[in-house]
Amino acid sequence: MRWPRGLRARLVLAFVVVAVAGAAAAAWAGAASAGASLVAEAERRHTEDLVHRIEALAPDLNLPPDQELLDRVRDSLGDQAQVTYQGRSSGELPLITGELRTAARDRLVFQRVDTEDGPRLLIGTPIMSTGLDLERTPSGIEVYVVRDLSDVARQVDALVGTAALTSAAALPVAVLLALVAARGVLRPVRRVRDTAAALAGGDLSARISTGGADELAELGETVNHMADSVQEVLAEQRRFVADVSHELRTPLTTLTAVVEVLAESADDRQPMARESAELAVAETERLVALVEDLMEVSRFDAGMARLRAEPVEVPDAIRDCLRARGWLDEVRLDLPEHLSATLDRRRLDVIVANLVGNALRHGAPPVRVALREVGNRLEIEVTDHGPGLSPEALAHVFDRFYKADSARPRSPGSGLGLAISLANARLHGGDLVAGNAEGGGARFVLRLPHEEAE
Amino acid sequence: MPVILLIEDDPLVSRGLQLALTRYGNTVRTAGTGEDGLRACHETAPDLVVLDVMLPDLDGFEVCRRLRARGPVPIIMLTARGDDFDVVAGLAAGADDYVTKPVRPAVLDARIKAVLRRGAPREDDTRTHGELEIDAAGAVVRKSGQPVALTPIELRTLLALSAAPGRVFTRQQLLEQVWEHDYLGDSRLVDNCVQRLRAKIEDVPAEPVYVQTVRGFGYRFGPV
Repeated sequence: MRWPRGLRARLVLAFVVVAVAGAAAAAWAGAASAGASLVAEAERRHTEDLVHRIEALAPDLNLPPDQELLDRVRDSLGDQAQVTYQGRSSGELPLITGELRTAARDRLVFQRVDTEDGPRLLIGTPIMSTGLDLERTPSGIEVYVVRDLSDVARQVDALVGTAALTSAAALPVAVLLALVAARGVLRPVRRVRDTAAALAGGDLSARISTGGADELAELGETVNHMADSVQEVLAEQRRFVADVSHELRTPLTTLTAVVEVLAESADDRQPMARESAELAVAETERLVALVEDLMEVSRFDAGMARLRAEPVEVPDAIRDCLRARGWLDEVRLDLPEHLSATLDRRRLDVIVANLVGNALRHGAPPVRVALREVGNRLEIEVTDHGPGLSPEALAHVFDRFYKADSARPRSPGSGLGLAISLANARLHGGDLVAGNAEGGGARFVLRLPHEEAE
Repeated sequence: MPVILLIEDDPLVSRGLQLALTRYGNTVRTAGTGEDGLRACHETAPDLVVLDVMLPDLDGFEVCRRLRARGPVPIIMLTARGDDFDVVAGLAAGADDYVTKPVRPAVLDARIKAVLRRGAPREDDTRTHGELEIDAAGAVVRKSGQPVALTPIELRTLLALSAAPGRVFTRQQLLEQVWEHDYLGDSRLVDNCVQRLRAKIEDVPAEPVYVQTVRGFGYRFGPV
């Protein structure tokens, strides 16, 4: 049998074993001592009875006894008796051992034996005679009796049965108590587990409601304390990222303002100066995009991202998004005539631009954008006909700064685009999944909740 | 050649924007603090103010409110955070438009021109709607005979709406027509502008007669 794995099962098992063992030990001990005293009492009774009977005979004893006297003595002692005198005997008791006979020559002895018919008590005693000098000496007559102890044995058996019953009765009670106790232990443990899971899942505000002053409450407080620290460290990091991004904006504002001037005033006769200025413009734009995305990520991390939902005609929004970036001619559209939904127009634009931009950069034409209503959701599917995504890339494609192929030249994106798109989808209560289309090529599906716009 | 007052505390940013905007044909004056900005505005009477939200003394919102209290000079807010807080507070303080740092000179210049534009004079110059008299040619609005001071954006919003009384305009339409924003314009610009308009032309701004809200769609003028 395997040791049960759950804490509850183990607690209950241990509890039951202890409780039942305790109950059984107590019951058995009680039964044993009661049995022992019952037996002792029976032995005392039979012995006393024999002594009384012998004492009643004493006046009639003439020594040496003839056979008739021996028979009479035997008769007065009930059945199962034997009287001997120096080799002569009245009655026959095969149970009596030689050992007992030897011991019974000068004192009363008894012995318990188990026979096929049940337990028996063997008693042997000499009959004493009082001489003229008042000295009591063995008369040479020895009396042996066998007494039945079956009644006592039955009583002891009943006691043992009761003990067994008591132990058995303890079992359900023990199980119940164990379950109650286990619940008392396990409920706080489960709370700790659930909170830890919530923390691991990213909800750093999860805390355990602790009460009491036992070790479990201490555990809860410790976990809460740990969560506080983690949250504080993370908050500091996020503030740092937000502050850095914010600080970067100031010089970037200046750079953005002046690089165009530089590029425009660069003379055609100085190709190096011209190219340098153009590089400065391009890289400044990339830096601006990166800082914007970093700010956006910090807003998501800080829970400051707010949805500004309004009725949006989705096909138009998709077209506008592509037109603004000059992609209308490069993308096949599969859009319904009308589909109005309540969405954050700007965030939808960010997602579509990201998905289509990635498809154009990393995939191969034709890039297709399809919009469908599926139940109470709307789905925007972006597919390309490139090599598709490797399993490794699929697992990490939404990670920040994940580059699918380090051998490939870096894309002009910030590396945060898909992470932000996913966060935007979730902010809507929707989702964004990556996969591969059947004919090869990457396939991204954005699902957003769709309630008919009023 | 419009005269622009740039109120910005960072000297390098200030100089960079001044260079860029000058290249686009503007005359740019600068001020480094809110107080200086208010003083410069009083002395030079610029055509437009570009106002940074983060200022060392008075914050940009306070400067914006004081400028508004003096008259209808167009104001564009420069916000560094791009946070909703900045945008909402800036528009509530009376800004006509806002841009987020870092801003491309071409974009800022386009916004400046849009906020300054007074609209082409129209033939049928004056129309009267109830107590409201709108002189499109002279770009003057009178309420019960008294002239109402409007910024160009407020005036053009009112002109756009009143050109077709009873017709519903979406926020997006107004953003493209009046602010000349692209398809991703911030509809809060329109809402704030309408609120300021109502405060100036309605008897009871909470129960508007002239500029009415059509829930879920946008705004319409009257009909009165």
